[in-house]
Amino acid sequence: MSDRTGETAVTSRRRLAATREFLGVAVPPALVALGIILLWYGITFFVLQPDRRFLLPPPHEIVQEGILDGEVLAEIMGGLYRTAMVAGLGLVIAFALGFSMALVMSQAKWIERSLYPWAVVCQTVPILALVPLLGFWFGFGLMSRVTVCVIIALFPIIINSLTGLQGADPRLHDLLTLHNAGRWTRALKLQVPAARPLIFTGLRTSAGLSVIGAIVGDFFFGRGQPGLGILLDRYSRRLRSEELLAAVIAACLLGVVAFWIFGVLGRRAVGHWDPSWADERKK
Amino acid sequence: MALDPVIAFAEVTKSFGSIDALDPIRLTIRKGEFVSLVGPSGCGKSTVLRLGSGLIEPTEGTVSRTSDNVGYIFQEPTLMPWRTVEQNVTFLGELDGMSRQEARQRADEVLSLVGLEEFRSHYPLALSGGMKMRTSIARSMLLDPDLFLFDEPFGALDQISRARLNAELCALFSERRFAALFVTHSVDEAVFLASRLLVMSKRPGRLVAEFEIPYPFPRQPEIRYEPEFAVLAGQVAAALADAS
Repeated sequence: MSDRTGETAVTSRRRLAATREFLGVAVPPALVALGIILLWYGITFFVLQPDRRFLLPPPHEIVQEGILDGEVLAEIMGGLYRTAMVAGLGLVIAFALGFSMALVMSQAKWIERSLYPWAVVCQTVPILALVPLLGFWFGFGLMSRVTVCVIIALFPIIINSLTGLQGADPRLHDLLTLHNAGRWTRALKLQVPAARPLIFTGLRTSAGLSVIGAIVGDFFFGRGQPGLGILLDRYSRRLRSEELLAAVIAACLLGVVAFWIFGVLGRRAVGHWDPSWADERKK
Repeated sequence: MALDPVIAFAEVTKSFGSIDALDPIRLTIRKGEFVSLVGPSGCGKSTVLRLGSGLIEPTEGTVSRTSDNVGYIFQEPTLMPWRTVEQNVTFLGELDGMSRQEARQRADEVLSLVGLEEFRSHYPLALSGGMKMRTSIARSMLLDPDLFLFDEPFGALDQISRARLNAELCALFSERRFAALFVTHSVDEAVFLASRLLVMSKRPGRLVAEFEIPYPFPRQPEIRYEPEFAVLAGQVAAALADAS
């Protein structure tokens, strides 16, 4: 009997601790959000003249006209879905391509030297300059949009994977040499496992970039089924700031969710052994 | 005591570019011999180990071994952080094509030798420095090598862990009587572990003094506090000071 109450006490104490932990994580950013909303209202009502209020409509109007209005909501959700698909597909291709390139580059210095400058080019190329060209080549459909995402998302994946693959402990390399391990064994048993934390770092960065790529591509191609980019363009042309801001918020959310997904995946995959990915709360 | 030589260095030299790391080294280690090698930093002690393991080739002379089954223990534990203790220990079995079952069985044996059975499913992140080093030693023992090469394995440990691991290593050697070449900075550790002790000069490294350590195996940690031990350690330290 007393045992059982003891156990309940432990469970409830644990639950209390978990709640407190959750509040510790959730409350500070929530306070910041509250602050931003208050500031927003302040600007809308005290800074802007009534005839210029359309520049920054108050938050509740955005909720009313951008989210509670079924038609607009459906339009934004459709755009969100299409943009997410393009970004996701782009990220998958960028990962397959970037990781393979990094793997090949990690196998020989001369391959690294030949490919590295081109990886840098893909980072520095002004993507807007390429957009019309991609339109010519691949049309204005899915293909060009995904290509924009791949170009934008590729570099962090290559560079992080490569650094990870090359970063394995040289003494572990010695150990494999002593046991006559071949190239494949070395890659599979040492380099790839050692690279995983950085691979996830690359994926997390590139996930956000791929979302940006999807929106930019959509915005400039401007044809076909509307994604968030086309909607942003359309709403701003029509001076529909409520809808515009609702679409902006949707775009931000997509980026945050992409970042968050890879954060969770990374912690799951390598958090139990890599200090940089270890669960914050367990540190 | 005339047992088979396990490794022999015949007039071995090593140069890196224009720098001579080693003067000709002549050294034979037999089965059942524990040879400690002390010398000032940068004198080429690690080079001797790398030559002995075959990781690098001598510039002149030959290194001959009667067995390719060599255990190499690095300065740091050098574990794979993504593998558990047991998975780290079975790793070399995987490389050498040992069956999974046999590797696990051997891992059980060596983990109990180093006292880590209970930590088999821990990741290195959760282990102390001493436990990581024990895991590293267990890993090198999986394939039951004929020759062990130690590259200052306990240098990063605190004094208490170090003394304990010295005693454990000595007990392992007393039982198994492999051949060992143990590089260290610590005179005390070198004398405690060795059946024979070599002093190396500063670069280019040369073997300048040799001591037979008369204590029989197994040895008790307390021998460190005997007067004879202190005298011997004093002689080694003097030779080391001359060599530096």
